[in-house]
Order: sequence, then structure tokens, then C-alpha cells
Amino acid sequence: MTLFLLSIMVFLGGQVLPGNVGRAILGPFADQRAVDALNHTLGVDRPLLTQYWGWISNFVQGDMGTSYIFRSPVAPFVIDALGNSMKLAAVAFVLVVPIGILGGVVAALNLNRPLDRIISLGGLSVTVLPEFVTGIILILIFGVWLRWLPISAAWPRNAGFFTQLYYLILPSLPLFLVLFGYIARMARSGMIEALDSDYTRTAVLKGLPWRTVIWRHVLRNALLPTITVIATQTGYLIGGLVVIETLFRYQGIGSLIFTAARGKDFPMLESGILTIGIVYAVATLVADFLYSVLNPRIRLGSDQ
Amino acid sequence: MSAVQTTSPTPDDTRRRGPLAEVFFSLLRSRTFLVGFAIVLFWVACALFGEHFAPYDPLADDIINALAPPSSEHWFGTDQIGRDVFSRVIVGSRDILTVAPLATLLATVAGTALGLLTGYFRGLVDDVVSRILEAFMAIPVVIVALLAIVALGTSKTTVIVVIGLSFAPIIARTVRSAVLAERELDYVAAAQLRHESALHTMFVEILPNVIPPILVETTVRLGYAIFAVATLSFMGFGIQPPSPDWGLSISNNYGMIGGGFWWTVLFDALAIASLVIGVNLAADGVHGALND
Repeated sequence: MTLFLLSIMVFLGGQVLPGNVGRAILGPFADQRAVDALNHTLGVDRPLLTQYWGWISNFVQGDMGTSYIFRSPVAPFVIDALGNSMKLAAVAFVLVVPIGILGGVVAALNLNRPLDRIISLGGLSVTVLPEFVTGIILILIFGVWLRWLPISAAWPRNAGFFTQLYYLILPSLPLFLVLFGYIARMARSGMIEALDSDYTRTAVLKGLPWRTVIWRHVLRNALLPTITVIATQTGYLIGGLVVIETLFRYQGIGSLIFTAARGKDFPMLESGILTIGIVYAVATLVADFLYSVLNPRIRLGSDQ
Repeated sequence: MSAVQTTSPTPDDTRRRGPLAEVFFSLLRSRTFLVGFAIVLFWVACALFGEHFAPYDPLADDIINALAPPSSEHWFGTDQIGRDVFSRVIVGSRDILTVAPLATLLATVAGTALGLLTGYFRGLVDDVVSRILEAFMAIPVVIVALLAIVALGTSKTTVIVVIGLSFAPIIARTVRSAVLAERELDYVAAAQLRHESALHTMFVEILPNVIPPILVETTVRLGYAIFAVATLSFMGFGIQPPSPDWGLSISNNYGMIGGGFWWTVLFDALAIASLVIGVNLAADGVHGALND
């Protein structure tokens, strides 16, 4: 449903509303015949439904169209950019998921003590800040004053895995900060609820060591809702990527969309956005799957 | 704890006699709210009267003194065409503090109407509208904004509409769940028995009783609206030059921070940070005051 709506919006926003595409590309002084000819080549003078159907069916078959600006197929650009964005998102996720969960768990175990206050308040304040603001402040601290990390994510050609990783640390930090607060808060409230439950009391009363209670009984129940939250955060993460990739001049899907939007390169823009929609849908599916794996209660009968 | 005793938030509790004073006093006791409110008030004052106490004209360039580091003359230094950063930071609060509240207002009005409709009628209306709203909520604001701005061009109005409509479903969801609880109460049945129209029942009977959750959601959304407006300005899709807007200033100057000109971006970044945190603290206070 979201994908369908997104595709309609992208289509309408990208192709119909701006009016004359040929005019937009060739500029206001171009000959009207040239504009018509270009419109015809691009196919933007066909009826709307035909255009929409043609675009969607081609997209499903892997043909994303031809970039207006580069005059070459869009697909390689999008795939390349998606790969780069995945790297950046992966670094941010690998950092934030364990640390966020750990933060939430530690806060819950120290409920209402200073440590809990620091984690909760700190998490909340970094979460509400726009990525580019934390990004700028981090660049100033680590890139300009301390000179520990490069201020741009564009690594040298043929850079190895660790060099790439080194270049990705700073860009992934703002994403980390935004997500940290959400994940820690979910993990914390999940933990508090699980710690307060009857099964935890039973486990304690039957004499299990505290460590075992936490690992076997509390954590598993506490982290279930957190997984769903992490999946829904992919949407925010993608929004964040657009900003972060622009700030760090990183060739990802976010900056691809951004550049395409600025240059009115509609096939590129539409394909980029639809690709993001698909990634989001897949992430949600994976989360549902993980949730059912980890939660035996909603597993289907045939599994048992 | 307090002289005024409040009960737990049952649906009935949202309907209080003379509740405004009660909420007002519990807000005054909330340290979180007061700190947040003070920060916001400071920036509102800057937005309203900034140019009277800013030491320089925020738009006046002075190319000879371009990129001067902070000094006693220019507290926050000057930017690449010699404009005084301190004055720009002060006056820079104006646009974001107009656009973000207007967007929030639009979101609140649209969201409340949608929430009342879906919550009151349930059934088919609810199913269809709720599915569409859910699909909308899954799309990041930045993406919607990019599309809208490509299609409609850049202007403050576009930003207000984009953010307003992106946030409306979230408010609608909150209002809907509040209305679902309200509509089972006797006063709604009474109104229906009097053959009041559905519109009357929704807006005159139910609406006043769901104001508290709407208020909380609105203050929270205001924080996100500032987040979004600042981000869009930074991307070049929001407030346009020559406004001294913070996000815009950062986007114009961050290309040079590799050269060590930190003062051209740091103060704007801190200003955004303080405003966002201020609004969120205030929102937290309002939430606490209404849910005690």
C-alpha cells in the first residue's frame, strides 16, 4: 500500500506537476519544435495512465529509464548509490543497535539512579536534534579541531575496507545519535516492563542466579518491541541519509535523489525514491519475520 | 506533592471543570517546562525585536572584514562577505519561528478534523482513511518535501504545507484514539438522542474533551516541525536567501569549515540545538502537567 501510494506520488510529483519537461531541460530560449521533439522522445506527451503503467512495468523489470541529465540508463547510478548508502547505514546500525540496547538495558537496571537519568536525558536530547546540526558540531570537534577524522566521506580510489570504514565513522555518528535515543528508550521501557512481570518474579523466587534471570527471562521479552522500533526507524534513517550524504558529500542514494531533484532529472529522482520505498518495505518484512522467530507466541501452529 | 489533587487519566478525567488554571499552576511548578519555555521565549523575543538590539545589520556586508574571527567588535566573527554572525544568529530565529508554528497549526487543524472523523464514524470511513494515513506516515518528510518542492517550487508556503500535511496523520492518530474512548460516554449518547447533527456532536461535544491530548501532541510536533524546517533550509529547499536563517547560513558556510572558519557555522548550529531542545523540554513539561 505504501509502495503503491509512493509510486503514485512520485509519478505525479515528478512527471506531471512540473509541466513541460522538454522546456525544463532545454531552457526558456529553446525552439518550440525542439522542445516538442524532446518531449516525444522522452514519452512525456503520452496520456497519463499509459505513462504510469509504462514506467511501473519497466521498473519492475529492472529498467529504471534513462537519466535526462546523463543521457544514460539510471539503474547503474541507483545501484551504485544504494550500495554506498547501505555501507553508511550498516556502519550506523552496527554501532547503534548494540550500544542503544545496552544503554537502555543499563538505564533500566539502574532505574531512577543518576546513570539512568544521564542515559535517558542524553538520549532524548541528541535524538531531537537535526542530523545536520549534530553533524556540523561533530565535524568541528573531530575533523577541524582534533583532526582525528576526515571531514568528507569521499575516500580515495581503491581504498580498502578499513580505510572506507575510517571515512565512514564521522558520517555515521549523527545517524547514530538520532537513533540511539529511540532504541535506548524502547529497550529501557521494555526492560522495565519485563523486570516488573510475574515470570521474572517467579524466576527470582525459584532461586535462579540474577545473571541467568536477566539473560534467559528478561532480555528476550524486553527486546521484542525494540526490534519493531528498529525496523520503523529505517524510514527516519533514510530521511537522515539525504541530509548526511549532502553534508559529507557522499555518493549515496540520498545525495542521488537530492541532486536529481535539483537538476529536475525525473527518471533518476523517481527510481531513487521508489528504490528507497522498496528497501523500506523489505526492512519492515524482515522485522516482522525476526519478531515471529523470536516470539514463539505468535508463531504459526505448523512450526511447533 | 501539590495542593491540587489530580486523578489518573481516565477518559472522564480529560473533562475537567476549570482545568485551565490547574494545568497552568502545575506547569509553573515544572522545572522542565520553565527551562524550555524560557529558551523558547528568548528566541521569540529575538525574532520579534532582534534588529533593535543586534549590534549590526544582519544583511549588511563588509567585504574588507570578511571571515574575521570572533573579537570584541564582532562577538561571533563575520561570514564570507563580512556580515556580523552575532546579529545574524539573533535575527535568524525569525523565519523558522514563523514557518514551524504555522506548519504545526496546519497539522493540528487537519489532523484533528481527520481524527474526529475517523474516530467518530469508525467503520468504512475509518478503515479507508486510516490505511491511507498509515501509508503516508511511512514516507519520510524529507522525501515528500523533495517531491513537493520539485513540483511546486521553493517557498515558505510549500514548506508549511509539506510539513503540515506530513504531520497531520500523526496528530490524526492521536485524536482518533482519544475520540474512540470519548464516543462511548453518556454525553455523546445524550447528544445523539437529542438528534444533534454528527458535526455538532464531533466538534461541539467531543472536541473540547479531547483538547489535552491534542495539546500535548501539538507541542511535541512543534519540536519536530522545527527539526524539519531547519533541515529543509539546510538542504536549500526551505527558507531562501537573503534571510539570515540558521539552517540556510550553515548550508552557505559549511563548505569552508575545512579551512577552520568554525565561527560561521558553530553558533547557528548551537542556536538550532537550543531552540529544538527548548521546545522539547516545554513539550515534556506540558505532557507531564496534563497527565499527572
